[in-house]
Amino acid sequence: MPASIQEPEVEQQPVAVAVAAKPAPELEYVRFRPLHRALHICMVVSFITLALTGMSLKFSYTGWAVRLAHLLGGFQTAGFIHRSAAFLMFTAFAVHLGDLVRLKRTHYGSWKKLLFGPDTMLFTLRDLREFAATMKWFVGAGPRPRYGRWTYWEKFDYFAVFWGIAVIGATGLVLWFPIAFTRLLPGWFINVATIIHSDEALLATGFIFTIHFFNTHLRPEKFPMDTTVFTGHMSVAELKRDKPGEYDELVASGRLQANLAEPHPAVVIKTIRVFAWCALAAGFSIVVWIIYAMIFAYR
Amino acid sequence: MISAQPRRRAFANVCWVCVLLLLAFAVRLGVVTAWAQEQAAEKGAEKAQEKAPEKPPEKAPEKAKADDTTETCLACHNDKTMTTRHGQKTVSLFVDGKRFAGSVHASLTCTGCHSDLDANNIPHGTPAKVDCGNCHADEAKQHAKSLHGKALARGDPLAPRCVSCHGNHDILSAKDARSPVAPMKVPFTCGKCHQEGTPVQKDRNIPEHDILTNYSESIHGEGLLKKGLTVAPNCASCHTAHSILPHTDPNSSISRGKIASTCTKCHSQIEAVHRKSIRGELWEKEANVLPACVDCHQPHKIRKVFYAQGMADADCLRCHSDQSLKARDGRVLAVHTTELAGSRHARIACSQCHSEVNASHVRPCETITKKVDCTSCHAEMGQQYQKSVHGQLFAKGDANAPTCKDCHGTHHVLGKQNAESPTFPTNIPVLCGRCHREGERAAIRYKGQQHEIIQHYSESIHGKGLLKSGLTVTATCTSCHTAHRELPASDPESTVNPKNVPNTCGVCHHGIQEQFVMSVHSASVTHTGKPLPVCSDCHTAHTIERADKDQFKLEIMNKCGRCHEEIAKTYFDTYHGKVSRLGYTNTAKCYDCHGSHDIRSVNDPQSHLSRANVVATCARCHTGATRRFAGYLTHATHHDPRKYPFLFWTFWGMTALLVGTFVVGGVHTLLWLPRALHMRRELKAEEAAEQLKLPPEGEKK
Repeated sequence: MPASIQEPEVEQQPVAVAVAAKPAPELEYVRFRPLHRALHICMVVSFITLALTGMSLKFSYTGWAVRLAHLLGGFQTAGFIHRSAAFLMFTAFAVHLGDLVRLKRTHYGSWKKLLFGPDTMLFTLRDLREFAATMKWFVGAGPRPRYGRWTYWEKFDYFAVFWGIAVIGATGLVLWFPIAFTRLLPGWFINVATIIHSDEALLATGFIFTIHFFNTHLRPEKFPMDTTVFTGHMSVAELKRDKPGEYDELVASGRLQANLAEPHPAVVIKTIRVFAWCALAAGFSIVVWIIYAMIFAYR
Repeated sequence: MISAQPRRRAFANVCWVCVLLLLAFAVRLGVVTAWAQEQAAEKGAEKAQEKAPEKPPEKAPEKAKADDTTETCLACHNDKTMTTRHGQKTVSLFVDGKRFAGSVHASLTCTGCHSDLDANNIPHGTPAKVDCGNCHADEAKQHAKSLHGKALARGDPLAPRCVSCHGNHDILSAKDARSPVAPMKVPFTCGKCHQEGTPVQKDRNIPEHDILTNYSESIHGEGLLKKGLTVAPNCASCHTAHSILPHTDPNSSISRGKIASTCTKCHSQIEAVHRKSIRGELWEKEANVLPACVDCHQPHKIRKVFYAQGMADADCLRCHSDQSLKARDGRVLAVHTTELAGSRHARIACSQCHSEVNASHVRPCETITKKVDCTSCHAEMGQQYQKSVHGQLFAKGDANAPTCKDCHGTHHVLGKQNAESPTFPTNIPVLCGRCHREGERAAIRYKGQQHEIIQHYSESIHGKGLLKSGLTVTATCTSCHTAHRELPASDPESTVNPKNVPNTCGVCHHGIQEQFVMSVHSASVTHTGKPLPVCSDCHTAHTIERADKDQFKLEIMNKCGRCHEEIAKTYFDTYHGKVSRLGYTNTAKCYDCHGSHDIRSVNDPQSHLSRANVVATCARCHTGATRRFAGYLTHATHHDPRKYPFLFWTFWGMTALLVGTFVVGGVHTLLWLPRALHMRRELKAEEAAEQLKLPPEGEKK
């Protein structure tokens, strides 16, 4: 739904200006607005922080957890960091919801248009058809579907965040303010909240650091990494190849030119890559740690 | 036998004459004697005729003539068979005229004592009891006031009267060795009632026990009974003969106030050897607790002296001051007089320890056969040592067994209050370490669990208190193991046996022991066959740490978990357990909720976790805790569907969600992988083709 709208990029300079100076660099398609990139970075930072600090408690029986807890400055500091990261994630989530409200007002005019427009994040019949077609493609019984702006797995990831924030966030608040919550809930609900919080977090980290990483960042055809969500840009050729449906629509509606921009300077790209690789390394480390803790050190 | 026959007949005749004579007397006195009495007399005569009528019967009338009244009485009472009934008892009325004649009262007539009888009025009824006080007024008065006299007045059947000690018709002078009140006989006379097992000793309140045995083994008893010294004190010497009073009575000869004068009757110069007590500070500063003789010298166990008195130290030092003096086997025999002079035994003569010397020999020591026996003075320590593992080994002849001198030294023995003494608290670990340090002889033969004990002790809170902080009140080896009665922990008598550990630690940690005995871990509360934990199970024996150290706080949970396995496991599943496993103590640990020494059953209203107390217990960390909050399951597990169904199903619901998501996502990804690889290959091929087609592109740049 929200990120679908392609606002004119502020950073985007008129093409002609650039051409005059030196040979015009190949223009790139702008897929994500700066706000979306910033929010994703906030999610990455808060998520990895939450995972590390939370897992250090969950897997307290491993030597790594002990060392990590000490590295973080003790369990109380780790707890403070955990709650700070949670606050950051809640904030990012709230900003996104605020952005939706703003988009509805400025671009869509009504929730109906926003929620049921062509670039919606909600699952549609087209997603079902694409899923079926994808299955055929997987087994070699058909061509690669001509995916549009949002594929069904991207939509799944998007709602997974909604679900995760709701479930982990709510139980996290119970654990954060147990005395306040037990004014209404029985004492054993803290135990239940602990299990839900911890297992849902395990699901989230496990899913993000394996399936999401593969689906969006590490697919062989995009190897070594798809940094689109950080840069916001993707080459037109890649757009044509990866999201042919979207490309067709952009060409048909004549909006493609309006959404092209000059590439980022090399240093920006480099910085982004360093950050992305760090996040990736952290994510994979956590996965390795989880597997080690669950299988080899479980008690 | 032939010769005996006519003699017997002759005796019979003589007897008949006697009977006739008696009858004649009776007739003459106009007394009609009862037929029964006559017959008894006849029978008695017959018996007398059979048994031992050695005495010439003619003499009796002769003597009767000399002492008319006595003669008159004995006419009847000389009959050994003469009895009367006293209630249920048959009492002999026989009076041995001969012994009476030998008694101190021989010059008196019967009626002198039996003053209510009249020799002219025979037969008489039951006479009144003789009142010795008629003549012996002072003694009677003393007796009446005495313990015995008062008991008599109460009608105590066990109370002794004059006759109980002195006898009746055969009373002899106390100077006569045969008298029951002669010095040699007094212990036996008193002992009739006052020896172990008698009704008096059993049923009456006598604070002393084994009186006769102790007395006979004491220096007084030996003097009297073994050596026959009649001047040695007997019972009456201290207790008096007639004014016997309890020691609590201020008038008693053995009361605190009077015992000294009683003892000094014999020990008249005793002050000379008791200067310390008499002129010492005690007498001046604490006159109220003035020591009485019996405070040091137990009433009946007066100390025996084993050493030869009169042996002067100078005689010994004539040879032993030579510093090069050695025995044939190389033992140094020199005595450093300065060492001895500075020692605890400075005023003890050589011969008091080196007993068996004989002053009449040129070398008085040549009669010595035994080693110094410290127990002749330190008897109690000796008894303890014999029971100890050290003493047991010594008795077995073990070469490693330590004796008194191994710890206390020999001539330079110092008191344990002397900082230079090896038995001064700060020196004890070194002293015991001589054998018990790792690698030393006691440590080598030791097969138990405790190792590096001296090292560990030095690093423990006790060791640091003693050795670093110099606190002499800190527990040292001997505080727990005792100084003289060390026993292995397996011995139920040992102070470090699990059963006795709380008492041992409680000597210093009394307040903790008070809490502990009321806790579930105390054998007085929990009756179980399983071993209950004692102090050392949590605090260890030699590596005791400060309880406020993090390491101890974390370690203690494993200690609890050794017995409470399941509950400890579930604790580690909760937030509290996980944090503590990370190595942080600022979270609830076993003892924060359950208490440490005062752990009680949750059902006990005084438990920290009882319904009344649990909210306050939680609130110690969670300010504002409510009852509902206290409903948090601190030992919950999600593996028990019956006990915690909510947790169980939450866990398995979440697990199903997790597995389901991963299976769908994983399968999707795996199916995708070959396609994605295929796409990559195509892409590479396209790129390569493009580069071949458009080489000038690069040139343009």
